[in-house]
Amino acid sequence: MKEVEELNLPDGLGYTDDHEWAQITGATVRIGVSDYAQDQLGDIVFVELPAIGDTFAKGDEFGTLESVKAVSELYMPMSGTVMAVNTALTDAPELINQDPYAAWIIEITPSASSEYAQLHTAASYLDLLKG
Amino acid sequence: MRYLPHTPEEIASMLATIGKESLEGLFDTVPTDCRMTTPWSLPAPKSEWELDDHLRELAGTMRAGTDAKVLVGAGSYHHHIPETVRSLAGRSEFSTAYTPYQPEMAQGTLQGIFEYQTLTARLLGMDVVNASMYDGASALAEALLMGLRIAKKKKKVAISKAIHPHYRAVVRAYLRPTAYEVVELDYLENGRTDLSGMADLEDIAAVALQSPNFFGVIEDLEAASVAIHAMDALCIACFTEPLAYGLLKNPGQCGADIVCGEGQSFGISRSFGGPGLGMFGCREAFTRNLPGRLVGETKDLEGRRGYVLTLATREQHIRREKATSNICSNQGLCAMTAGIYMASLGGTGIRQLSRLNYDKTQYLKEALIRAGARIPFAGPVFNEFVVEFPRDFGPVSERLLAKNIVAGLELGALYPELAGRYLFCVTETITKQTMDTIAAEVRA
Repeated sequence: MKEVEELNLPDGLGYTDDHEWAQITGATVRIGVSDYAQDQLGDIVFVELPAIGDTFAKGDEFGTLESVKAVSELYMPMSGTVMAVNTALTDAPELINQDPYAAWIIEITPSASSEYAQLHTAASYLDLLKG
Repeated sequence: MRYLPHTPEEIASMLATIGKESLEGLFDTVPTDCRMTTPWSLPAPKSEWELDDHLRELAGTMRAGTDAKVLVGAGSYHHHIPETVRSLAGRSEFSTAYTPYQPEMAQGTLQGIFEYQTLTARLLGMDVVNASMYDGASALAEALLMGLRIAKKKKKVAISKAIHPHYRAVVRAYLRPTAYEVVELDYLENGRTDLSGMADLEDIAAVALQSPNFFGVIEDLEAASVAIHAMDALCIACFTEPLAYGLLKNPGQCGADIVCGEGQSFGISRSFGGPGLGMFGCREAFTRNLPGRLVGETKDLEGRRGYVLTLATREQHIRREKATSNICSNQGLCAMTAGIYMASLGGTGIRQLSRLNYDKTQYLKEALIRAGARIPFAGPVFNEFVVEFPRDFGPVSERLLAKNIVAGLELGALYPELAGRYLFCVTETITKQTMDTIAAEVRA
């Protein structure tokens, strides 16, 4: 497993305590998991995705990631409605291990854009991981 | 050998350490109204030979021995058990091992369970079958919970009233502490489930039918699954007699999403009601939501065939409270037995035996009609059917019992509206002579 210093935590994303990231892409927000999350889980073998049109509040569970050794729930960094899911992950869940920031999981239309400001920056997320 | 190894001094010392005055004090946390206050009322102890006599006497009051002709099924079926089953399932490698906790050490057990899964999947027409559940009733309850998991936000399930009453009781027990609601669908005059009102139901995650149902009547599973899918619910097909699928179109072909039921018919003795075997399968799309253990076939580093427990992330040692079920034991030996039974008969053998059950059942049905009985449910049947006699059947039943023939199950206790009607079951073990004797007594 990686040392904290080795983790790739790009700027320009908002991070949660549960290790999801959110990225504003125009009118929508893409959501995935951080390098730390994929590294901790190990080889990801299955991604359970929500249905397009599902609406979740911030903190709601929207799916699961399953690795060879653990299962982890995915929680919404922001409230919103699912506009797209990354179906490429169904056949190739390992994309998340390969590049957790390219391998977005869902894309939502946020219902409260102001929630983005409540997320960690890359720097404060790194502080959180350092404990 | 001392069975109570602690001396009074040791007990006193242990109580002093934890700060309790007496052994009673250990149970302080159990509410008083949950505790037994009356003393045990047990007879005096018996010697081993006295106990043998006592048990023989009790056994003698039952018509469960092989010399009795039992025409009662109702969820537990008297079938011939081929000697291959006793010989192979009785091997100590199988019979002494509990559920494999260090599974890959026991390749023989895993291979046996894998073969059970494969044969059961073919019989039921399912993509995936698990390593078994406790029995048919708990399998149905787990199937309904699985349906609710898949549907996610729906809160209700519907089950046919023609499903075995004991199974429905187990379903209610499973779901009572949850927020989910169980709706029962009534049966029609022909003994099949009434699906007409189903479209008006809302919020239904899954609908369960039994086929052949408790009255022996074969449901129209194909039409039912179309109607159930039209309301965006999952179709669960349940069974108590898997042998029927040797002859009938299997539930998978009929459109069922989850199939579950009792496998006792396949080489497992009735043993006064247990242990049974919960058979459980589903379509591939729902594998992640399947409860119970699953054996898979793979290759080792040197390319040799091997067996593993697979998709274990669904199970409680990894998934904790989100596990697909909290069953941690399978019915390993019963599953193995059923696997050996199916392999002993083969596809052709199962078909022939199934046909024999059907033909004999038709013979008795027609003989009883000629003797003046009426068949209240017009739906097609496999090896069970409901009968209504022109006069009180009680005295006839007594005369047959004297001849060691157990003729049918009176339905009043399970379905008050069917009081006085009898559920008959005819398997390959019932001879033409026995059936002729029954018909003659009805006429007498």
